Order: sequence, then C-alpha cells, then structure tokens
Amino acid sequence: MANVLVVAEFAEGKVKKTTHSAATFAQAVAKGSGGAFSILLLGSGAKAAANELVGLGAAKVLVADDASLVNYVAERFAPTVVATAKKGFDVVVTAASAYGKDLMPRVAAALGAGYANDISQVKVDGAKIAYKRPMFAGNAYGWCEITTPVQVVSVRQSEFAAAQAAGGSSPVEVVKLEPPAAGGDRVEFVSFDQVKSSRPELTEASVVVSGGRALKERFKEILDPLADTLNAAVGASRAACDAGYAPSDLQVGQTGKVVAPKLYVAIGISGAIQHLAGMKGSKVIVAINKDPEAPIFQVADYGLVEDLFQAVPALVSEIRRVKSM
Amino acid sequence: MKILVPVKRVSDPDNANKIKIPSGGAKIDTAGLEWKPNPFDEYAVEAALRLTENGATPKQRGGETIVVTFGPKETETTLRAALATGADRAIRVDAQDDALDGSLVARALKTLVDREKPDLVLMGKQAVDGDSNQVGQMLAELLGWPMATFAATIKEESGSLLVGREVDGGVLTLRLKLPAVVTVDLRIVAPASVYSKQTAATFKYNDGVRFAALPAIMSAKKKPLAEVKLAELTPDTGLRIRYLSFEPPPARKAGVKVKSVPELVDKLVNEAKVL
Repeated sequence: MANVLVVAEFAEGKVKKTTHSAATFAQAVAKGSGGAFSILLLGSGAKAAANELVGLGAAKVLVADDASLVNYVAERFAPTVVATAKKGFDVVVTAASAYGKDLMPRVAAALGAGYANDISQVKVDGAKIAYKRPMFAGNAYGWCEITTPVQVVSVRQSEFAAAQAAGGSSPVEVVKLEPPAAGGDRVEFVSFDQVKSSRPELTEASVVVSGGRALKERFKEILDPLADTLNAAVGASRAACDAGYAPSDLQVGQTGKVVAPKLYVAIGISGAIQHLAGMKGSKVIVAINKDPEAPIFQVADYGLVEDLFQAVPALVSEIRRVKSM
Repeated sequence: MKILVPVKRVSDPDNANKIKIPSGGAKIDTAGLEWKPNPFDEYAVEAALRLTENGATPKQRGGETIVVTFGPKETETTLRAALATGADRAIRVDAQDDALDGSLVARALKTLVDREKPDLVLMGKQAVDGDSNQVGQMLAELLGWPMATFAATIKEESGSLLVGREVDGGVLTLRLKLPAVVTVDLRIVAPASVYSKQTAATFKYNDGVRFAALPAIMSAKKKPLAEVKLAELTPDTGLRIRYLSFEPPPARKAGVKVKSVPELVDKLVNEAKVL
C-alpha cells in the first residue's frame, strides 16, 4: 500500500495544469497499491484556489497559504513539503516542470529519500513500484526503483494526461507553514520577468509550430501566421534560442520543454538529437527543410523539402483555403 | 572567490542515438562512443573561470577554481581538460561509474565541500547521460545553503550573486548570499551572461566555452590532482536508485516525403486527420 502526496503547482492565484498530470500518476499508484493520495497546495492565496482540486478523488486537499509564499523560492517551500510528507506518505510527486525539478531533489535530500526525475510510466505490483524514465536524450528508457522508504519523483507532463474529475469532494485542511530551510535567509527573490503570450501553453497545446535558426530575424514574421491559423503554441530549437531569434522559454528539447502534441510542425529545424528528445513523442510530425539530408526527416511523418520562406506562407494560405471550404 | 566545480564525463551526446540496448535489456551499451565532458559541466567551468577573472585580462587568474569528478583513473582526462582551460587544481573521487547515483554523489560532495570550504559550488544542471537533474539541489539541502538552479546569468556583487534562472514562462532572478550552490543552463556561456566584480559591465565574451591552447594543455599536466576514496567522504555508499532494466525508445514508422504544400495539406486533412 502506497500513500501518495501530490505537490501542486500554483501561480497567479491559479492551480497550474501540471498538477493534474501529477494527480493522474497519484491516482494510478494509489489504486494499484490499495493506498490513497492527498494534494498539497502551497502559495499566497492557495486557500481560495483549493476548490479547483477537491474533485480529483484525493483523501485530502492540504493547504499552506501565507503571504511569504507569494513568490516561489525552494528554501521557503521545501520544509512544509518535507513536514507533510513525513505524515505517512510513501511517494511524493510533482510534474517535471521547472518548479518540480527545482524543488523535489531538495525535498528528497531532506527526507533522505531517492529521487527519480521525469518519469514517463509507472508500474505498481503490490508494494513494489517501478518507474520508467527517459535517459540519453530519450535514446534509452530505464526502469528503476527507489530503495528508500519514502520515494520522491517528478512526472513528465506529456506522458500523464490531466486527471479528470473523480466524483466526491475532498475535505480541505490547512497545514502549518514550516520556517524556511537553513540558508533560506540568504536567498532573496528579486524579480520574475514573464514572457506574456496569448497562445496556448507549449506543453499543453494540441498543435505546436516550431522554428529553427534558419528563420533568422524573421522567426515571428514567418511562424506567427501559421501558429494563428492552427491555434498552435510556438516552439523553437536550441539554435534559434541561442541566436536570440526566439525567447529561451520556447526551447523544445532534452533540456527545454518536452512536448507531445497531436501535430508538431518543425520549420527549418535540422533535428539535432537533443531537439528530437523533446518532440519525438508527438503523434504526427511535419518537417519543412530545404536540406533533404536533415535528420528531422528521419522522424517526420510528412517531410517537405522546400525553402521555408516560400513554403510556410503557402502553407498558411492553403490551410485557410481548405478550412474555409 | 573560491569555486568548486563538479564535472562528469558522458558518452558522446552528439551520438546518443547510437547507443545499443542488448536484448533482455540488462544494460545500456555505449561501446564505440567517445567519452566527452558533460556539456553543462563545461559551461559551469567556463562560468567559474569568468567569475575568477577580469574578462579583459583572462590570463591573470584571481580566486581559485577546483574541479572534481567521480570515477576510475581514466576520468582524470576530464579533469586535465578543465585544468588546461584555466582551472587551478583537481580532485578525483575514486569510484566505479555504475556504483554511483545522484544522492550518493551529493552526499560525498557535501563532505568535500566541508573540507574545501568554497564560496560557491557551480555545476551543470544535469548530466546528459542519465538526465537525472538532482545533485546540485540535494547538495544545497545537505549543506544548508541557498541555491539557484538553471542559471542563465550570474553577476557577482559584494558577498552575493545575482542569478537569472530560466524557468517556465520567463526568467526568475534571485540574489544569493555566499556560500551557495548554482546549477547552470545553456545560456550561461552567452557573451554577456557572467560578470565578476572585476569585469566591466560593457565587456562581451566570445560565445561558448574557451578552448585550451597547446602550452596550457602541457602545463595542465603539472597542476595538482588529488585522489580521494569515495568511502572516505561518505560511509554510506548505498544506492537509492536501482535500475531493473532498459529498453529502446518506441520506434516511429518511416514517414513519406511530399512534393508540394497542397499535397502536404491534403495528407494532413485526409490521411492523418489532424487538420
């Protein structure tokens, strides 16, 4: 029997969607092992948002709501997660977002627990839990187990669909905020420069249009009309981000975002190993590149060898024409 | 500033698609792939060098950069490469590659930090073989130090660092009082990403990491390289992650080349049914 604690992600007064992927993992482990799961929501204003989580089948929704949690700093969040985990939980989980990847190893170390990052699948056999995770930029998958009494993991959002309403209403309980970890008085939040976008979130979009360095300064000019036509999120290769053609939080790849949309359109992307690691799980992949030898064509379902500056505008008009029929 | 930089060798990440998984899945076979320094660790070494110099006069080194790796004797190649680019001395923690995991490395580094007392531990955010992304965060917790992960910029102030972190949706900036742990992301080696107190704010570095000149490679052979036994640093050498088996990624079926934009749209509408 494994009891699971989901650590929710919260920003600007709302529960982030990543939480629902972690909840899906928790539902599966709780069901498979005959245990239960609870959700811990930390943040300033968390209490008001707790009702977003009461329908997922959790035994409890635990809330730590304090003005000091207005901006995320690991040293301030980790101690409350650690104290809560010690109240009878066997597995602690978040999504493998920047938040989860920052926070959870710190939590694991405080608990003396092992930590497995970026889980793509879980198998429960009685009390035994095995986790599958990508390694070597997704060129291998390892099945592993964590040998400590408490196990800490983060899950790949693209592999765990958002949890659906499970019926019932979980009771909401306030938990005490623990003081910051040692060293917490030596870290100060300065600012968060947010990249505002009206487009769908990259990790949640059903269509992603991604551009490479070949787009140069015309990155936005060429990609935006296509993204608008497809209601797509915009992604980028590492080379495009490094060159400054696209903001770095658009990067898709081994160390950027991992996406698995219904349709991924790679424009002027050669297909380096570390890029493929972030999009190979897409259902349908389209590649447009004038180099017929580009490795991206090895994973593309549909490849078009053409100059993108001609092909993409033509693609936009053709999609509009077909959609208007 | 005294900086400790843990580094790891990995199987050539540019050829990671050539790794093999023998049937049965008992192991990952990386035979035939060259050892390379983990790219993020190379970036950490570069950032450490930038923090211990005036960018305009990089040959005059200030502070101290100590590189440390875990592994058998031949991993000293990775340390010598870092020494050749400007690191001052090196430590190899003698261990077998498959007898390590993130938690164990963090526990051993904790003791090493207690001994060496650096102002900063600067390291890659993850090694691109296991992609485990945890040692820096665990080390910060064990030390009771503040941390900043996924750093894209570091600016040295008096007794503190201003660190810009790449997170979902933007850049989050933290100020850390030293000593601290910082893990670095890709953009840390951009031309205007790291500034020591000596380096003028107008100075621009070359993009990427610096390369070692031949004389530096020769003199790196004389720089101090110490060896420490893993068990000397941590009595508990148990693993907290145990791998049961490995499998290759799901294969994608071969795609087709289309000849024109109208053909592409036709396929997407009528065959793939995604439009």
